[in-house]
Amino acid sequence: MALDELYREVILDHYRNPRNRQPLDEPGAHADGHNPLCGDEISLDIRVEGDTVTAVSIVGRGCSISQSSASMMSEAIKGKTRQEIADITARFKAMMDIDTEGDAGLDPERPGSVLGDLEALQGVRKFPVRIKCANLAWTTLDEALSRSSTP
Amino acid sequence: MTDLSHLRRDFPILRREDYGHPVVFLDSAASAQKPVPVLESMDRFYRSQYANVHRGAYKLSQEATEAYEDARRRVASFVNAGSPDEIIFTKGTTTALNGLASSWGIDHLEPGDRIVLSLMEHHANLVPWQLIAKRTGAELVYIPLTSEFELDLNALRATIDQRVKIVSLTGMSNVLGTIPPIQQISAIVHAQSEAILIVDGAQLVPHLPVDVQSFGADFLAFSAHKMLGPTGIGVLWGKPELLEEMEPWEGGGEMIATVGLYESTWAPVPQKFEAGTPPIAEAVGLAAAVHYLEEIGMEAVRSHDLELTAYALDRLSEVPDLIQYGPTDVTARGGVISFTLGDVHPHDIATILDSRGISVRAGHHCAKPLMADLCLAATARASFHVYNGREDVDALIAGLHEARSLFGLDEG
Repeated sequence: MALDELYREVILDHYRNPRNRQPLDEPGAHADGHNPLCGDEISLDIRVEGDTVTAVSIVGRGCSISQSSASMMSEAIKGKTRQEIADITARFKAMMDIDTEGDAGLDPERPGSVLGDLEALQGVRKFPVRIKCANLAWTTLDEALSRSSTP
Repeated sequence: MTDLSHLRRDFPILRREDYGHPVVFLDSAASAQKPVPVLESMDRFYRSQYANVHRGAYKLSQEATEAYEDARRRVASFVNAGSPDEIIFTKGTTTALNGLASSWGIDHLEPGDRIVLSLMEHHANLVPWQLIAKRTGAELVYIPLTSEFELDLNALRATIDQRVKIVSLTGMSNVLGTIPPIQQISAIVHAQSEAILIVDGAQLVPHLPVDVQSFGADFLAFSAHKMLGPTGIGVLWGKPELLEEMEPWEGGGEMIATVGLYESTWAPVPQKFEAGTPPIAEAVGLAAAVHYLEEIGMEAVRSHDLELTAYALDRLSEVPDLIQYGPTDVTARGGVISFTLGDVHPHDIATILDSRGISVRAGHHCAKPLMADLCLAATARASFHVYNGREDVDALIAGLHEARSLFGLDEG
């Protein structure tokens, strides 16, 4: 198995230096995610103004895949509209889906051009037991978005 | 040196290769692999002797009943029970402990009574008591561990008094490997209270000789699948007078003497506790597993565990950033080793080892209160049985060095 496809440098960087950990100035929509099987935990707050997610705070503990995915997600969604976030989420989930063979519309000629750092998580699809780890932050995000008031 | 390497060929699954590596199975504390004699005994039974037990007037059913009852005799002899009637077949340790809690617990606990557990219990010896405490108004009290990861006997002495009705403890921790001194504990419990002492033997019985007559426990529960036998069957051993007194926790066929519209009477022990069609072929498989272990000799199994654990602890101590959780005194523990490695999450350790064909467990090991006490969310755990050898430990060490290098621990 190609471990170097899994443990990319950018993943370890986000694992060790997670982004957007500082709490929000004003409380927004909150959701907790956890994977009882391995104990991964995510606590997510977002602020939605109009149609846009203007602030994100995400903390958690768990493996490098769950925590780096959370950190990269926080960067990818900040300042984006609900529609843009829905599009990013769909692409990410397609990238993690064994059945779609990873067809998330990524451009192999220009790595990172579609999902940015998140594309580093492509390799997770080859490690089926770890897909849940990568998806944890995203299912938590779905919950937080559904709790935030819709415009 | 106790060399059991010749046994490896009895376990066909160990010939498997994963990702181009021969499988290195280090998760026997979760469930052990099965030797050919166990597989063949069950296959032979299904092919030539299978029928339901205790009810057919025909030859096949008589033979099946004989095989099932023979299994009970073998298990009784394995733990040196006074009589086969003291052996109750259950679905496993979890069912046995739940049965005890819901029968003995409900009938003997009153508000203010105490149930004493340790901080290193598996959820199977913890959640059933929480359920029963809630229903009866009894209180749960936990015995802490010492800094050496051993049961704090002073705390136990200070805790046991007449309010305590049940003490239920692991015979060997599935996380730390710690083996509490049950005889000594029994002396304390029985001198200071009227409480019964229950031992969760899921990890203990597969690895150490146990003689229930000198052991000191009033009840002992264990599972076949961790002792090279099949899943779906376990054992509750109990002192005969306690089994006589205890009400059944399940009703159904097999367990009755007479049944009326409004009342029934129970079959004698042990049938009283075996409602419904039992795991018959599994009992046959368990008997074969017991026979297999007896052929090796439980003393030899223990020596092998001790030597391999000592070797593993020694080799693991050479790995930088590795922290091992469990007694350093190898004689106070079994072949279960939990550890963390720097900031490499146990889940990542497990994936990296898996890529080399090595199976370890990562997570909370169904012992969340213990993990919380250790301030840990998860550990990686390697555990052994008779088919493991030094080469498996060497493979583990090589894998851990790769994990260190993938996570750049050598660079800082």
